[in-house]
Amino acid sequence: MVMYDVVVIGAGVTGAAVARELAKYEARVCVLERCEDVCCGTSKANSAIVHAGYDAQPGTLMARLDVEGSYRIPQLARDLDFPYRNNGSLVLCMHEEDLPLLQALYDRGRRNGVSALRMVTREEILRMEPHVREDVVAGMEAATGGIVCPFGMNIAFAENAAENGVEFRFDTAVTGFARTREGWTVHTDRGDVAARAVVNAAGVYTDVLHNLVSTRRLHITPRRGEYYLLDKTTGGYARHTLFQLPGKYGKGVLVAPTVHGNTIVGPTAIDIDDREGVNTTAEGLEQVMRKAANIVKDAPLRQVITSFAGLRAHEDGHEFVIGEAEGAPGFFDCAGIESPGLSASPAIGRMAAELVRDKLLLRRKAHYKATRRGIVNPAALPFEERRALIGENPAYGRIICRCEGISEGEILDAIHRPLGARSLDGVKRRVRAGMGRCQGGFCAPRVMEILARELDLPMEEITKSGGGSRLIVGENKDGFGEEESDGTV
Amino acid sequence: MERCDLVIVGGGPAGLAAAIAAREAGVADLLVLERDRELGGILNQCIHSGFGLHTFREELTGPEYARRYIRRAEELAVPCLMDTMVLEISPERVVTAVNAQRGLFQLQAGAVILAMGCRERPRGALNIPGFRPAGVYTAGAAQRLVNREGLMPGREVVILGSGDIGLIMARRMTLEGARVRVVAELMPYSGGLKRNIVQCLDDFGIPLKLSHTVVDIQGRERLTGVTLARVDENRRPIPGTEEHYTCDTLLLSCGLIPENELSRGAGVALSPVTNGPVVDESLETSVPGIFACGNVLHVHDLVDFVSQEAAQAGRRAARYLAGGGERGEAVRLTAGRGVRYTVPAQADPLRMEEELTVRFRVDNEYRGAAVVVSAGEEVLQRRKKRILAPGEMEEVRLSRKDLLERPAVREITISLEVAP
Repeated sequence: MVMYDVVVIGAGVTGAAVARELAKYEARVCVLERCEDVCCGTSKANSAIVHAGYDAQPGTLMARLDVEGSYRIPQLARDLDFPYRNNGSLVLCMHEEDLPLLQALYDRGRRNGVSALRMVTREEILRMEPHVREDVVAGMEAATGGIVCPFGMNIAFAENAAENGVEFRFDTAVTGFARTREGWTVHTDRGDVAARAVVNAAGVYTDVLHNLVSTRRLHITPRRGEYYLLDKTTGGYARHTLFQLPGKYGKGVLVAPTVHGNTIVGPTAIDIDDREGVNTTAEGLEQVMRKAANIVKDAPLRQVITSFAGLRAHEDGHEFVIGEAEGAPGFFDCAGIESPGLSASPAIGRMAAELVRDKLLLRRKAHYKATRRGIVNPAALPFEERRALIGENPAYGRIICRCEGISEGEILDAIHRPLGARSLDGVKRRVRAGMGRCQGGFCAPRVMEILARELDLPMEEITKSGGGSRLIVGENKDGFGEEESDGTV
Repeated sequence: MERCDLVIVGGGPAGLAAAIAAREAGVADLLVLERDRELGGILNQCIHSGFGLHTFREELTGPEYARRYIRRAEELAVPCLMDTMVLEISPERVVTAVNAQRGLFQLQAGAVILAMGCRERPRGALNIPGFRPAGVYTAGAAQRLVNREGLMPGREVVILGSGDIGLIMARRMTLEGARVRVVAELMPYSGGLKRNIVQCLDDFGIPLKLSHTVVDIQGRERLTGVTLARVDENRRPIPGTEEHYTCDTLLLSCGLIPENELSRGAGVALSPVTNGPVVDESLETSVPGIFACGNVLHVHDLVDFVSQEAAQAGRRAARYLAGGGERGEAVRLTAGRGVRYTVPAQADPLRMEEELTVRFRVDNEYRGAAVVVSAGEEVLQRRKKRILAPGEMEEVRLSRKDLLERPAVREITISLEVAP
């Protein structure tokens, strides 16, 4: 059995951030992921917001790690080359009687250490954001709020961890644990692995894994959020991330630009039982439309290109649970990582890694590569540079995804880099092929063809997102004659 | 910057017919830019027959129809660049494009013909709730897989939308051994041609459920089933009418959208009804020297009419390059009762050919209605039609003489006179 110093369970943004921080130490680290790729759960379906940190209760981990994360992400985006934009957040107060709540939010933000908070008047809001409803009363601007590509950040953390020696095993689901003299044996559906310490970053499954080893129960509720994504023609509809005043079930429906120039509207917040319940519902989508109309007018919801749902890992106490599990030495949880989990992820990663470091007495590595180059985006290059790039590698001149203008060169890079894409969705999350207005109608067959060629797989084995999500069931007419055939000619 | 008299964006049926007509009208310096690996566009995957009845008086398959135009373009030595994506067209007609051989390049075009075609409305734009498993395809994407790659996307099929591609694919999947369980259509009438309903559904015993839609999509990895429900007159699902269908494939044939992102970038005014450029009698858009034809202008049912329209655009672009000729005051062509739009939207009698074909669609099914062309109080034409349906494009022909004889007329209306 392979012996690791640390096994991290889950390759979402939390697990990847922990792995990247652990890679700074002399340790053998392995990430186990039940899906075929990084960023397959909560990390891939959320608001893609870097929250400034005014919302969480002062003194909580949520507040501290959100503020720390939001301050670190701009630099990380440069070091690790993922899309981030500091567009600022704007919380809108729509009713006179809610003004004290807005003030309370401002005070809370100051106590949390959020700098650059500012109350803004109705007139100023309407000047900055012409699509906000005229009956807005006042607002609060948080200049450190931002937007990020959640896939880009998750993938960047994971790739950088891999470049620094962290091992990743995909399609590997953890089924149980056994205590050993050295630490833990982790049972998986692909055999056992041993580790001195375990970090549980399994998203909506953290409680299930935690409860297998700990004397203190943890309870996570999957809280579904549904979203609409609008066409790039709506780019600029909202400049800031537009929030309504937060309520009991979170921050309410927001309207925000994405780093790629779309508009995102959502989410709802519905508690469900099904940890795999990422389906959208008629009621949920209707609610998104209705609630968006509380803050903006003429929302361009006819420009919807897709809708989706994600699950928040809501812990009963609505707090991040980060630390050694009671009665399970060397077993560390990163549980209850719901919003602002994406924003806090760099800080969660650091905190968890430091807990493990102190437990295992890990030493700092002498050589650690803190930067990573992302996939070249030719469309973002100046004319002459893009021309030179295509001159060097003609694959960058062959456009495969017309809507997003993605070239074969980018897709090849997505497939062949460390932890490369192996499915249509894997390619989509890395380079946006199929993410545009036709949603892969034109490019999916061509991307499938490239995947099959590069991975040397038959078309029947190319999937949408791993597992049983096969796109092709066979060849023409091969379903005929099976029942009649008795082997004679 | 390199110059080119006429750049044609798209080498499908529209682009080819436009290029051929322009060449025949004397344009020596022209270039077709095609994003796919070969000419012919979507026809290459339409291997069923029924193309060319109007143009060639015979029934051809899509590739055969395309072949005739490709051969003619070759005879005329029309230069074409394949695998070439146009990235931008400026209002001054600077065309920026990219391919693997020439890399990134720009051309200053004298005139541009837009012939980019259309795309299918994807699931996301339809707001169908449910999971997002593999096995949900637009009908055209499935058609490409089956007809060009020889690959089966699934075996148990439900089709949403009775557009022509969906109907054709119902038959096609059946012929390849799949079981097509049902075609559901949101509207109380089909969006496809009558002949396709007969030949693709009725002949194979495939049920068509009008006023039905998909209200849920099941399956975490691969599609396992869908739920259909009947809709009311406001197209809202009626609770209690849900029916579950087990299937591994859902094909969507729910409308086509002209691909006008480049047009928009060039500053071309678009119609909110057709989603295509607003054009005049010469198929010239609001930007001088930029013309449009085929499905990028408005979605057609029959390729024969695409070819006709595109040839006109080619001739008109040639004339524009030759100096343009006399210009008068344009007459507005407006859609009256029962008519959704007209293409073109205006006509300058001085610039019209002897006869101008005006194409339009009606907004509902009508029996025994008359198509009326009127200039104010005066009725210029009245033609009774046994049946009119949104799925079948209609046309009237305006004569240049009629307009020249009525210089005071500023507006012509096309409307329906509905039988009581």
